[in-house]
Parts: sequence; C-alpha cells; structure tokens
Amino acid sequence: MTVKHFICIIFIIFFSISCTRSKDPLFYDEKGTPAYGDTIITASIGEPSNLIPILATDSPSHEVASFIYNGLVKYDKNLNIVGSLARSWEISKDNLTITFHLRRDVKWHDGTPFTAHDVMFTYKLIVDPKTPTAYAGDFILVKEAKVLDDYTFRVTYGKPFAPSLISWSTAILPKHLLEGKDITHTPLSRRPIGTGPYKFYEWIPGERIVLTVNKDYFEGRPYIDRYIMRVIPDSATMFLELKRYGIDMMGLTPLQAVRQTDYPAFKREFNKFRYLSFGYVYLGYNLKHPFFKDKRVRQAITHAINKKEIIEGILLGQGVEADGPYKPDMWAYNANVKKYPYDKEKARSLLYEAGFKIGKDNILYKNGSPFEFTILVNQGNDVRIKCAELIQKRLSEIGIRVKIRVIEWASFINEFIDKRNFEAVILGWSIPHDPDIFDIWHSSKQGKKELNFISFENKEVDELLVKARHTLNRDERKKYYYRIQEILAEEQPYTFLFVPYANVAVHKRFKGIEPGPAGLMYDFIKWYVPEKQMRYRQQ
Amino acid sequence: MIRYLIKRLALMIPMLFGITLISFVVIHLTPGEPGIIEAEMNPKVTKEVRERIRAYYGLDKPIHVQYYMWLKRIVKLDFGISFASDRRPVIDKIKERIPITVSINLISMVLIFIIGIPIGIYCAKHKDTTIDKALTAFVFAGYAAPTFWLALLLMIFFGVYLEWLPISGLKSFNFHELSFFEKILDVASHLILPVGISAFGGLAGISRYMKSSLLEVLRQEYITTAYAKGLPEDMVLKKHALKNALLPVITIIGLSVPGLIGGSVIFESIFSIPGMGQLFYMSVMARDYPTIMGILVIGAFLTLIGNLLSDILYAVADPRIRIG
Repeated sequence: MTVKHFICIIFIIFFSISCTRSKDPLFYDEKGTPAYGDTIITASIGEPSNLIPILATDSPSHEVASFIYNGLVKYDKNLNIVGSLARSWEISKDNLTITFHLRRDVKWHDGTPFTAHDVMFTYKLIVDPKTPTAYAGDFILVKEAKVLDDYTFRVTYGKPFAPSLISWSTAILPKHLLEGKDITHTPLSRRPIGTGPYKFYEWIPGERIVLTVNKDYFEGRPYIDRYIMRVIPDSATMFLELKRYGIDMMGLTPLQAVRQTDYPAFKREFNKFRYLSFGYVYLGYNLKHPFFKDKRVRQAITHAINKKEIIEGILLGQGVEADGPYKPDMWAYNANVKKYPYDKEKARSLLYEAGFKIGKDNILYKNGSPFEFTILVNQGNDVRIKCAELIQKRLSEIGIRVKIRVIEWASFINEFIDKRNFEAVILGWSIPHDPDIFDIWHSSKQGKKELNFISFENKEVDELLVKARHTLNRDERKKYYYRIQEILAEEQPYTFLFVPYANVAVHKRFKGIEPGPAGLMYDFIKWYVPEKQMRYRQQ
Repeated sequence: MIRYLIKRLALMIPMLFGITLISFVVIHLTPGEPGIIEAEMNPKVTKEVRERIRAYYGLDKPIHVQYYMWLKRIVKLDFGISFASDRRPVIDKIKERIPITVSINLISMVLIFIIGIPIGIYCAKHKDTTIDKALTAFVFAGYAAPTFWLALLLMIFFGVYLEWLPISGLKSFNFHELSFFEKILDVASHLILPVGISAFGGLAGISRYMKSSLLEVLRQEYITTAYAKGLPEDMVLKKHALKNALLPVITIIGLSVPGLIGGSVIFESIFSIPGMGQLFYMSVMARDYPTIMGILVIGAFLTLIGNLLSDILYAVADPRIRIG
C-alpha cells in the first residue's frame, strides 16, 4: 500500500463519519411530542471537585450535584419558594419555628427510603466544626432541630431569620451511607448517591462526568436519558465544539451571542436563550477617601459615566443599566429610585458645589490637590478592564484624572481590598435569590475579610437591613428593601453599572425550555427531544 | 565509576532538600490561601467559617512547623492529601495524569527526533542551499508560531470546516461502544492535532543542534583525512562524522527526561487534555500546596536524574570524558 492509498482511505473514513447528519434546514423546527431518550452534552471550563455539595465551593460541582440531590425546598421559575423533598411546611406565628412535612414517596438512588433522619443528619453534619464546609453560616443560627416522626422535621431559630426557609434548599445527604464516616474521605464525593432526577454513572477525571436518568424520580421521570458534562478548559475550544455539535449547550459571551453565532447554519441547529443573570458590576468608592466622602462627588461621577455606552460598546447590548443591588425581574427590585442620566453639565455643577475648581491644566482642584484617583480591576476580566477605560475617558472630560491598575485576583483581594488600600474598584456581586444583603451593606461588616470593604455607614440602612432579615413576611420585607434602594440611590456608595444578560445556546432538538427570572435549568426534567430528532441512542 | 555514581546520588539529597525548602517558602508567600480563594468575596462564607477552614488545613501554624510536617511525610513518600475540595491523595491525582502526559510527550519526542535529526543532517550536508534555507524557515516557523494560535486555526480548519478530525479531548464519549479497530482510530484521530503541533514546535531545537554539531565535526581534520583516503561521502558521514556529531544530542535526551512529565498549560487547555500542565496550573491557582509540592518534587527529582543520566550516557559514548 502506498502512502497515497493510505491517505485516500483515511479521507474516506473521515468523510463517512462526517456525513451522517441531516442537513434539512427545518428538520429541528417541528415541535413533536415528548419522548424518553437522547443525551444532553454540556461543558464546563473547570472540572467539578467534589460531588458532596456542602464541601465544594466551585460552580461545576454544584451544577452536577443539582441533578443528583434535592433540598427540602427550591425556587420555581419566578423565584417563589416551592417544595421539593418537603411536601409542605408551616411557619409558626412568632416566625421562629418551621415544621417541614416530607414526601413519603422518595427513595435514595440505592433504593433506601428517604426520611427525616437524613435531614437531621445533614443538618448535624453541616454544623459540626470538624466539617470543612463554607456554608455553615445559615445553619449555626438554628437553636434546635428535631425529628418529630419519620416524615416530619422541625427547626427552631433563636431569632426570626428571613433566609431561613430557603437555606433548606441545601442538598440533603444520605444518612445510611455517611453516618459514622469521615465526610472528607468518603467515596461518595466521587460516586454520589442522592434523591435527584439523575443518578451518577461515571466520572473520567479531567474528561467528563456522566449521569443517567432516575426512572423513579418522585416528580416524574425526566425525558432526557443521559446528562454528560465535558471538561473543556479553554473557552475558544468549547465554542468550536459547540459549532461542531460536540456539545449541545453553552453559555455565550456577548461577542459570541451577537456576532459569531449569527449565521444560517448555526441558527438552523441552535436556539439562543437570554435571561438576566444574577449579578451586577459596579464602580465602588473607598468612602474613607477625602474626596469620596462627599456624596455630591459620587453623584457627579455617576452623572458623568455613560452607562448606555458601556452596555452598547462593551456588552454589545447584552445587559441592562443597574441602579441598585437587585435585578429588575426580582420582587425586591424598586424601579422608582433616583436616577442619574448621563449629564456632563450636572456632574460639573455638582463638583463645583462640592468645592472643586478647574485649574489651568483643565483638571479639577480642591484645596490645591488635583482630583485624580486609581481604579483597580482584577486581571483576566476584560469587560471590567474595558469599563474602566470608558470611565477613564468620560471622567477626563469633566476634569478628573483616572489611572487604571490591573491586578491578579489573590493579591487584589489580600493586598488591596483587605488592607483598604484602594481609591476605587470595579467589581461585581452575584445577586442572591433571597434579597438579604446584610453582609454587603451593614456597617458592622467592615472587619477584615468582610464584605463592606468600602466602609459604607448609614444608620437607617443598618436598621432596615436588620428588620428585613428578621421578618418572614414578604410584603413587609419588600417595604424595607424598597427604602434601602432609595437610600443607596441617593448616596451612590457605588456607581451601579449594569446587570448582564446570560446568553445560552441550546441545540434545537431540545424542546420545552422556558427561560425565566430563575434562569434556564430550573425545569430541566421537562425538557425533551421528539423521537425523530433524537441524536444519541443507547443500546 | 560506581564510586562516582554513589557520590552523585548522595549529592542529590541536599540539593532536593534545598529545592523543596525554597519552593515551599515561595508558594506560601504568595497571596491567597487554599480552599478560600474561590470563596473569596462570597457573602455565604463567614469569618468563623474561614477560620475553621484554615485550622482544618493546618494553616494556622507557623510556616516552619508546616514545612516540618510536610517533610516528615515526604520522606515516607507520602505526598499528602490535596487541599482542593476533592481532598484526594495527591499521588492519585498525579498518577491518573502522568500516563497521558508522558505518552503524548513520548510520541511527540520520538517524532521530533526522527524528523528533526534528518533535517539537521540534510541541512549540514547541503549548507546554504535553497532547500536548507527553506527547511530552516520551516522549523523556525514552528518554533515561533504561538501554539494556541496554530492549534485554533487547525481546529477550525480540520474540525469545524472540514469536519475530519475531532476538536478536543482524547476519546469520543461513546468510546466504550466502539470495536477495537475503531477505538484505535478514535484515539489516533484525537491525537493527530496535539501531537503534530507539539512536534512541529520542537523541531527547531533538535535540527539546529544536529546541524551545528555536524558542521563542527565536518570541519575536523580527521574528516579531511577520511576524504583524502578516498572514502565515499556517504561513508565519511555515517562512519566518521555522525557518530561524533550525535554526542551533544545525547545531552538533549537526558535533559528532556523531566520535560516528559511536564505539560504545557495552554496546549493542554486548548485540546482539553487532562495532563500534568493543567493539574499544576490549577493547583497553583487554588493554592493547593500539597499538590504543587508533589509535582515540584517529582519534577526536581527527574531533572536531577536526567542530568545524571546524560552524564553517564555521555561517558559511555565518549571515552575521552570517562571518569575513574
């Protein structure tokens, strides 16, 4: 066989492999009827580390674990709390006690029935000082936990605590497999057993994790038979894999969503979904800084920053302006707060009012010192770096000289944030599903490693935050959070910049996907592929 | 010879000790701490919880105590438990990645030698011809082109556009359903791009070495003598010149031993190859001290062994520098 022959054969083999897919443009548009089967392949930049969720702090671990375990409660599409392992619950009049009534039809993946003892075990495990978990905070507040009978579980708090109910969405672990064992060395962290819609099948380190359907799932059998998470550490490669149909689903960057997926072959095979992500990006000021102490200065800067330009130019339109710490589709969000439209004149007059004068070099001066400051940005976050550049340009127009410094994440936190060694930063917060923002805004949270690092102090906000976290009545909480947003809008301790959209491409054969405030995956068990369009079949 | 060997081996111990001490101090001096770094700025992680996690890892003890504890374990060849939240033994994490990295590196090293050496010989023989210049340009292009860029271009061309080769990973996800022949084809097609690209990048070094050392030898008087004797050119090259010209290449073989377990992060990330480079990078990012130290110790050990090996090989091949 000559080399030529050999090459020919290779070509033929690859061609025969590659030409099996249907090219009918409307093939995937037919809705079909729900059917069992097929596989969804997703990808993750990082490999999950530990499939016992209380021990993991990385999001891939939690993503996989969310298919395997259940909590007592969960969020529905519109972020209302609904039951999962708990059928129902009662909250006592004094808001101190929650009694959970558990489902009786739940079995662990190994067939053992699930009971209130598992809940008790999980609770004890989390609060055990020997357990290296990052999530003990909410559970240390429990004064007493009690198993009333096999299917009734009661917790009592020392003080009413608003996020208490949703804290029970934590994954419940199997007592019969973990009791008396060292949680940090259990095989279950690599071969988990839960109650969820999917069962663990295999984990090939560095390559992928495979889950198979739990046919006896208590909320009904999920339609899709297999879930695979591939580990693809490079986002460019991941995008190529998506284009090549090597993966079925991927979160897109604004550039990918707007420009790089806008061609017929991609649209023929993929749907793009969009929802507001749970996070916002802000410019935070060190409120101990002599210039930033004055709220007029902060208001002026907000007026001088063109948020629209940031969203259009950097996010390619994939975001909405932020004016407070919540996203617009949450119940706690207050739309009627003071707004700061882009207005250079207003910014200037506020600064003159605050005692600044324009110098010969067109820079603002106050008591002889020029208005210049440095914005710190963490390395590797292009969006934030570009934001800093646009802000720099806009502020130079009104006579403020801005420098930008890009710093590696760990030293950013340890050397600058923790030591309060900064003037302004661009950072992002994730927005919690429950609106409790005590840790970020309460004046008591200014210690080392605590999150009110800008030193924000406001008596009224302090009081409101405490009141809001100690009542379980949503309408009452709403009132408090509305007022907090008004104050924050007036004070401008941050210039809230934007809430980005999450863009997700999912292969078109998957039907029944409804994006909502909770995102995309909340109802995964209802996704299906019509029989004719199925791609992967198992023997 | 044996005395020399023993002496060299004994000298390795203080050297290793010094390497570990310096690495240990340096990695503990970098800002950021294990287990917490991902949870940094996370409202759910309270101060008490942080302290608890620090105590769990023994980070509340002074650094010399930590080093002593680590040293006590490492002399028993116990690499410890990873600080990453999987909490697996470091040795397991390294063990599952070493075969992948070593085999890819071996294949591409063999490729580099069997392509690079002939290129070097050819270029020395036909110095300053057009083909010599073209080959030189070719190998330097491979050396200079950024791997990630070349890799992405080839992935787009062969993977997305032509759909001939898989884009990333080592096996298809339905690997276990394939027949034996299909399995071989599957792995081979996954390896073509990564191995090809890494070999392409390595050609320059070896072919240049080969060329310059052969040119050096060809200038020697004994080569002139050989020609004067009337030996055919082929014979002169193979019998007299090559033997001597290959000596420096032996050094390179020795020096590439530690390189066998090291992988490039960028390269492995782009092709989603779960190799050592990624493991090292990830453990550095997570400040996973035991894993970092484990990889460093193995790397240092192999470097020292590689040096020794090339010295020995050298002595075997060249009687002039044989010692005692």
